[in-house]
Amino acid sequence: MKTKLIAAVLTGLFSSTSFAQDLSISLTNLSHGNHFTPVLVAAHATQQHMYQLGEAASSSLQAMAEGGDISYLSTDFQALAADLVSNPAAGLMAPGQTVQFEMTTRHDNNRLSIVAMILPTNDGFVGVDSLSIPKKRGRYEYFLNGYDAGTEVNDEIINGAGAPGAPGIPADPLGANGSNASGAAQSENNQGVHVHRGVLGDTDVNGGISDLDSRVHRWINPVARLIIEVK
Amino acid sequence: MRYLTIVALLVSLAACNDRDEMKEYSITITNLTHNQPFSPVAGVLHAAGFKAWQTGEVASDALEKLAEGGDASGLLAMQQDSPQYHAAAPLFAGETMTFQLMADSDEQDRLTLATMLINTNDAFSGINAMELDVMGHGHTQVVYGYALDAGTEANTELAGSIPGPADGGEGYNPERNDVTSKVTNHGGVVSQQDGHMDSVLSESHRFDGPVMRVEIKRL
Repeated sequence: MKTKLIAAVLTGLFSSTSFAQDLSISLTNLSHGNHFTPVLVAAHATQQHMYQLGEAASSSLQAMAEGGDISYLSTDFQALAADLVSNPAAGLMAPGQTVQFEMTTRHDNNRLSIVAMILPTNDGFVGVDSLSIPKKRGRYEYFLNGYDAGTEVNDEIINGAGAPGAPGIPADPLGANGSNASGAAQSENNQGVHVHRGVLGDTDVNGGISDLDSRVHRWINPVARLIIEVK
Repeated sequence: MRYLTIVALLVSLAACNDRDEMKEYSITITNLTHNQPFSPVAGVLHAAGFKAWQTGEVASDALEKLAEGGDASGLLAMQQDSPQYHAAAPLFAGETMTFQLMADSDEQDRLTLATMLINTNDAFSGINAMELDVMGHGHTQVVYGYALDAGTEANTELAGSIPGPADGGEGYNPERNDVTSKVTNHGGVVSQQDGHMDSVLSESHRFDGPVMRVEIKRL
């Protein structure tokens, strides 16, 4: 009788969609010449998204992608009762850097979204949207691509601008950039969130079409490795 | 009673076989690039604890020698008591090669492969301490190697700085002058046609995504 009771309780626990999960997460910047701005991690409900490929970016995503500001997305997802980890690396993530952190998800928060701006880009970001969090204990590895928010022309001009809608790139944390570029692009052909086509760059530090260095700032996908350990 | 003894003996023999059997692997590598020959490929079966490189960490001198000059002998020397293979010749674009490695002990259950993309400053590829102990007899796995940057030499693409046939320039140089001094993924080469007018590389030397296909079969 006692055994039966325990079995029933266990079944109840595991069939419920609302039990907590303990996760250990690590994120690595695989790129050679790009930093990630502060990372935002959210565990949220199935139907929620931080972005969707082919759809227009929210203004909150735009603020993250153009200037690295995760405060708006953070507020949005707090309102959705998400579990949040904000800025786990306490600042920028350098090329090759790994950040490792723990999080506990609750209720129906069975999807994981992660974003961070790729710097220096106009509106490029690394991300994963609404990934189904594995339920079985184990170690799961994913590779993340660079995306373009579609909200800003990729002019590749470094002018300190990071506010939504302001053209230009805030800075290159590596300091490998040039200046006085004329602009690598004039229009944003795809204004939805899409796979970033990469940066062009040039080798002219005092002009040319881009303030980025083609030998330093280009990347090949994937740009990040994500490991989720389900405990 | 006698029957039981025989059964017991058989069981113990079977267990013995399972424990002592030699694990042998056939490893087939294909160069997936358009015009990036691989330096002579190095392979080693080793125990846990050895990593020829780690993303985000500074490259060892042995890795620098491989990534800048295509010489894997230093990496192999770090595992000199483990079964290893060092190819006699480069593996050119589109070519496939196969070799075998047999483990000396059950602890040698990880595979590391390494090679340089020789028409670059310091790009390399390989397989990093992949666990093979899950593989049964006849089991085959296919994995892909991506291009990595050793972070030991700036990607100048200048004449005299690249050891492969595109240039015939310098290989290993102990000076470290890369803007990122850690092992990371490689961002690709620019080439002259894509705007780097001083590059000794042509568009044919560009690469993207996986550069190496590896098929591992347990024999």
